[in-house]
Amino acid sequence: MLAIARQRMLGQSFKKILPAVSVLRSYSSAAKQITVREALNSALDEEMSADPKVFLMGEEVGEYQGAYKITKGLLEKYGPERVLDTPITEAGFTGIGVGAAYYGLKPVVEFMTFNFSMQAIDHIINSAAKSNYMSAGQISVPIVFRGPNGAAAGVGAQHSQCYAAWYASCPGLKVLSPYNSEDARGLLKAAIRDPDPVVFLENELLYGESFPVSDEVLDSSFCLPIGKAKIEREGKDVTITAFSKMAAEMLEKDGIYAEVINLRSIRPLDRSTINASVRKTNRLITVEEGFPQHGVGAEICASVVEESFSYLDAPVERIAGADVPMPYAANLERMAVPQVEDIVRAAKRACYRSVPLAATA
Amino acid sequence: MSLSHHHLNTNILPTLSATIPTPFPLVFSAPIVSFLSFIFSSPLSLPSSPPIFSPFPSSLPTRKKMATAFSPSKFAAQPFPLNTTSQNNPLTIPTTASPFLGSTRKLIRLSSSSNLNIRRRSGTVVAVSDVVKENKSKSTLNLLITKEEGLELYEDMVLGRAFEDMCAQMYYRGKMFGFVHLYNGQEAISTGFIKLLKQQDSVVSTYRDHVHALSKGVSARAVMSELFGKTTGCCRGQGGSMHMFSREHNVLGGFAFIGEGIPVATGAAFTSKYKREVLKEADCDHVTLAFFGDGTCNNGQFFECLNMAALWKLPIVFVVENNLWAIGMSHLRATSDPQIYKKGPAFGMPGVHVDGMDVLKVREVAKEAIGRARRGEGPTLVECETYRFRGHSLADPDELRDPAEKAHYAARDPITALKKYLIENSLASEADLKAIDKKIDEVVEEAVEFADESPVPPQSQLLENVFADPKGFGIGPDGQYRCEDPKFTEGTAQV
Repeated sequence: MLAIARQRMLGQSFKKILPAVSVLRSYSSAAKQITVREALNSALDEEMSADPKVFLMGEEVGEYQGAYKITKGLLEKYGPERVLDTPITEAGFTGIGVGAAYYGLKPVVEFMTFNFSMQAIDHIINSAAKSNYMSAGQISVPIVFRGPNGAAAGVGAQHSQCYAAWYASCPGLKVLSPYNSEDARGLLKAAIRDPDPVVFLENELLYGESFPVSDEVLDSSFCLPIGKAKIEREGKDVTITAFSKMAAEMLEKDGIYAEVINLRSIRPLDRSTINASVRKTNRLITVEEGFPQHGVGAEICASVVEESFSYLDAPVERIAGADVPMPYAANLERMAVPQVEDIVRAAKRACYRSVPLAATA
Repeated sequence: MSLSHHHLNTNILPTLSATIPTPFPLVFSAPIVSFLSFIFSSPLSLPSSPPIFSPFPSSLPTRKKMATAFSPSKFAAQPFPLNTTSQNNPLTIPTTASPFLGSTRKLIRLSSSSNLNIRRRSGTVVAVSDVVKENKSKSTLNLLITKEEGLELYEDMVLGRAFEDMCAQMYYRGKMFGFVHLYNGQEAISTGFIKLLKQQDSVVSTYRDHVHALSKGVSARAVMSELFGKTTGCCRGQGGSMHMFSREHNVLGGFAFIGEGIPVATGAAFTSKYKREVLKEADCDHVTLAFFGDGTCNNGQFFECLNMAALWKLPIVFVVENNLWAIGMSHLRATSDPQIYKKGPAFGMPGVHVDGMDVLKVREVAKEAIGRARRGEGPTLVECETYRFRGHSLADPDELRDPAEKAHYAARDPITALKKYLIENSLASEADLKAIDKKIDEVVEEAVEFADESPVPPQSQLLENVFADPKGFGIGPDGQYRCEDPKFTEGTAQV
């Protein structure tokens, strides 16, 4: 999937976004541009300075300035007691983070990629997500697990899996996936302030991308609500839900005005926004990078079928990564990840502009 | 958080004065720290002659321990190998012995830990017999506990035993269900350690956690109701046997996966240090105890945490309840080097081995280890040899263990041993102890009645406590937060 070129978005007549509930945000065309990396870094910085209980933990977060430079400068600013370089022991340091969170500290545990979180998944699920329930509210776990998720470029099968579906199926966790700088800042701040365990899925390829942000976003108390999706662009023909990376503009050329929903929050899923949008456009395409079976799209599809069945004019189209471990060769990798052409094709199918394909695996 | 080498060498245990001789290299290495792997003996069960180290008969394992260097002057003085007086045969695990099957153990247990540095080892051994004689003469004058302490220990152990026996009864009557793991036989460890803690210190345990919770102060009624699955339980019936949590008493669970509690305990210890150093709560000296078994010591998380706890000098004590069996897997069949306490020095912390069937010995070791942690000197690994009288869980037929082994340990029942000590040393009379027994019986009976009469959780409780912030369930179709809908917790489980 290609990221939207924001300049082109701005060039077109960019309407005011009207999300379903509350938060109004307007972009001025002369807005400041910051990269996602800067957004995350500034969010961590501000939260750490506001609350001394927040600390960072992870591999290479300190002296290396962060494996992807997200935590740059924080070691110098806050010292080694609050920015901890850990040994390579995911299970161990994740558990340590959870134990610290039991006592009210607010750790932000970084996984170099979420693939490595599989070594620590016992602590994410069993010690963090389930603890509030098992202890009947006595022990809450205000921890954030963050790191890049999903496919990067040419990193092979063991470094490219998307974990949104896995974590989002677990009650007790909140799963967030930001797209642009505004999302990154707002959601990370919300996650750190949240009293529950949050899995914060970033994307490596977006770290370097710049997005415009308004002054409100740059304010240190800026925060986005967890559980609200954002309608990035309004449309009337088909609803496309996506998270982390999206593409919609090509569709306009073909006369299909797509309503693009940036999910932002995978758990809890903003079913009401999605359903409201589907009731308006009557068609749905879900887009994700991860494996197709039991994926995020499957859940959205089920939710829409349950709640808005009579509004659907076409079957829900699921676009997901190929049902294979990520190959290494560049051309195969491109085929294994949804591309813009796939989404366009699916949209056309949904709008009956072309013949439906036979069911793929 | 940097290690001070100097500090380490000279001040590991305050009982050891700074007499570590200079020939030893001042590096943070195992040899120095292996000094501190020592074995305890307290006057509680002194043999009639000074303990001589001898190979064990092959049928039943017995363990004789050498008294240790409590008195610093005797401890460290001799760097040179002294062969004549050394009485131990530093035998390793005999490779010619038949493979260990079940509980027939031909393992010869070493008193001093490693074979690495015979020089230093001999230094310790020579001093030992003198220390033993000294301790022996001191012991008659200097009891380890007062009467109040003794009765407190006795009461706690009897509570643990009576409670677990009642659990077994209730389970077979169908009042309790699922997985229940009982602690009979291991009470000395729980009592010996936990009774030295303050309220703010934390305890992290495994699925065998009823007695840890009881020792820490959770009421018997709360634990029993939790086991019955009633809403008055310590976790409102949502946790169960394996997940005992108590915020008030700082019992942090209760973890079903072995090894899972160790990093969490390390994190709790980290918090204590963080609060002191970063949040500037100057007198925060809370200690965390992590209890786990012998099987866990082969798990990766155990080693990861030993490393990090020693690296960051966290106030934690790792307590290994080595009951020799992991369900049906003998410790000796599962572990390349069964002496768990040796793993401590490998990571830079003292490794201590103690007889876990003797509450006074455990208490002495615990005092030292907890004291170390409280003073900020870092973690300790304590291996307590103990035994569980019952099977792994109430569903375990317990067929693999040798009845002779069970009988051997039954004869070393910690409660009987403490009773004997109290009576022999005139700290308490039979009548006192019987009164305690009766009192505990009543407490446990009352707990069962309370649990029986308590209500089961209402349906509306199903969806509660998933999140600390209940808005975590997201926005409902009407645009409001789902949790604010009054009908939220009724109806189906789908949210």
